[in-house]
Amino acid sequence: MTNTDSQVNELVLPAAEPEFVRRHSFIELSARERAMTFFDSGTARELLGSFDRIESPWLPLQDVTPQADDGCVVIRGKIGAENAVVVALEGAFQGGSVGEVSGMKCAAALDLATRDNERGVKTNAILLLETGGVRLQEANLGLAVTAEVMASIMNLRKHVPVVCVIAGTVGCFGGMSLAVGLASYIVMTREARLGMNGPEVIEQEAGVDEFDSKDKALIWAINGGDQRYQTGLVDFLVEDAVEKIVDATRACLKMGVPREHRSAKVGLFRKRVEALNPSAVWDNPSKLRESWTKEAQP
Amino acid sequence: MNYAVSARGKKWFAALTGASVPMAGDPGSLWTADAALGPHTPRFLCVVPDPNGLLPRARQGEVGLEEAYALASRVDEVVDADKGNSVKRPIIAVVDVKSQAYGRLEEIAAIYLAGAAAVDAYATARTSGHPVIALIVGHAISGAFLAHGYQANRILAFDDPGVMIHAMHKEAAARITRRSVADLEKLGKTILPLSYDVKDYAKLGLLYRLIEVDKPDDPQDVAVANVRQHLLDAIADAQQGPSDLSNRLESEGARNTRKASIHVRQEMERQWQLS
Repeated sequence: MTNTDSQVNELVLPAAEPEFVRRHSFIELSARERAMTFFDSGTARELLGSFDRIESPWLPLQDVTPQADDGCVVIRGKIGAENAVVVALEGAFQGGSVGEVSGMKCAAALDLATRDNERGVKTNAILLLETGGVRLQEANLGLAVTAEVMASIMNLRKHVPVVCVIAGTVGCFGGMSLAVGLASYIVMTREARLGMNGPEVIEQEAGVDEFDSKDKALIWAINGGDQRYQTGLVDFLVEDAVEKIVDATRACLKMGVPREHRSAKVGLFRKRVEALNPSAVWDNPSKLRESWTKEAQP
Repeated sequence: MNYAVSARGKKWFAALTGASVPMAGDPGSLWTADAALGPHTPRFLCVVPDPNGLLPRARQGEVGLEEAYALASRVDEVVDADKGNSVKRPIIAVVDVKSQAYGRLEEIAAIYLAGAAAVDAYATARTSGHPVIALIVGHAISGAFLAHGYQANRILAFDDPGVMIHAMHKEAAARITRRSVADLEKLGKTILPLSYDVKDYAKLGLLYRLIEVDKPDDPQDVAVANVRQHLLDAIADAQQGPSDLSNRLESEGARNTRKASIHVRQEMERQWQLS
């Protein structure tokens, strides 16, 4: 390298450029783009993609425009030279909600991965979840397929770890939060939220004193990735950067099936719940970090 | 939002088991009993209202933190006890749950994980060979039903207007989808999965049976004997079939109303093999 070359380089790439400017955001990607980031180059193939046009049969009946992939992207290929399937819910379509078709795409892909594993062909699974839960326009079928997705996760996680990534900004709520509870490992960012009941629903059901859905600080203090990580409920807290999310997820795959899944640690969590003080105001959720340490991590 | 507290779960649990108390160490809101049913001694479980419960948001029959973990423990117990036995005891979830518990403390303490623990326990029981039967006598709503009943390999429900199986209560669903309750009810008449009527739910093909019951709020001997027979049939049917949930898609109802589900599974398998 000549002296002149290095001077040119310095002009093009000033060293002072902050890290966050160069970072490749994961959150800004669509579900399809997110799913693609995990695969070894040239191995990814989408199944039941937009050109197959398998749409929700229920949305057009309610004058809601369906989407050709129903907001669920399924991609198969190799990750670290091993077979893998990535299922991604698109938060930008109907809030990532689980309908009959999108939920069944997820369950069917997981079941086929289970079958391959049973036949001795190792196949890993990653779920990228941005969802408010059951799609209320498909109510009972959304709930039914959510139960089926959970049954599929339970079967698959006997063979390989099932990794859930919640990057944000929709987060994961409703029925699918229980599916996350069944995961072998969970990766989150600070921007993401995880909870069963969305703040609006709690406010509706229990009143504004119980939960003010406009109090963003409270929402993140309870459901945010940092709190879930600091209380041992999540395995990796990473920045919103493609490389970091992919690395953390690959690390989860390498860790293999946990000796005991979180959802099976009933004794531990039952004790923790019994120790909660129901008469406290709980306006400072971070206090929970004192007693809920990271021992729950596999 | 307050809804009427249902006593149906309690009544039917008592009628089927002769018991009406929690097991030692459990919250007052979970009744568990091992009771004779024909040649079997199933474990019966029912989440019930308990006005004196520890957590205020789970006192009216909701599935809250305590209920979900207690359910998981009591189901796990049966699975552990039957490890190594070739015949597995049936597990019967008597379902009358109005919702999961909605509260700040519930979210802080990760109620999603509590629900997952119950799902884990029921699904593990089912795949370990236990016939898992859900008997819906009243409400089966949302996350509460996911945690208590929806992992069963056979689901039965009373054919009665007091039975409600749904993803969300009408009022909340109306608010979230920005519709009026009246509009929601109207839509339910034409769009099957939106209906709050159990007869419409039955058309989705998810039920093993819809049971006609005389006076469901006041179980009498004949009605109880009838329900027992349906439970025995469901157990026998579950014992003969696979331990997965495939029966839900093979039913006549599913072939009519879940065409999209069936198509997705077939097409996914075809493309999976090609890829």
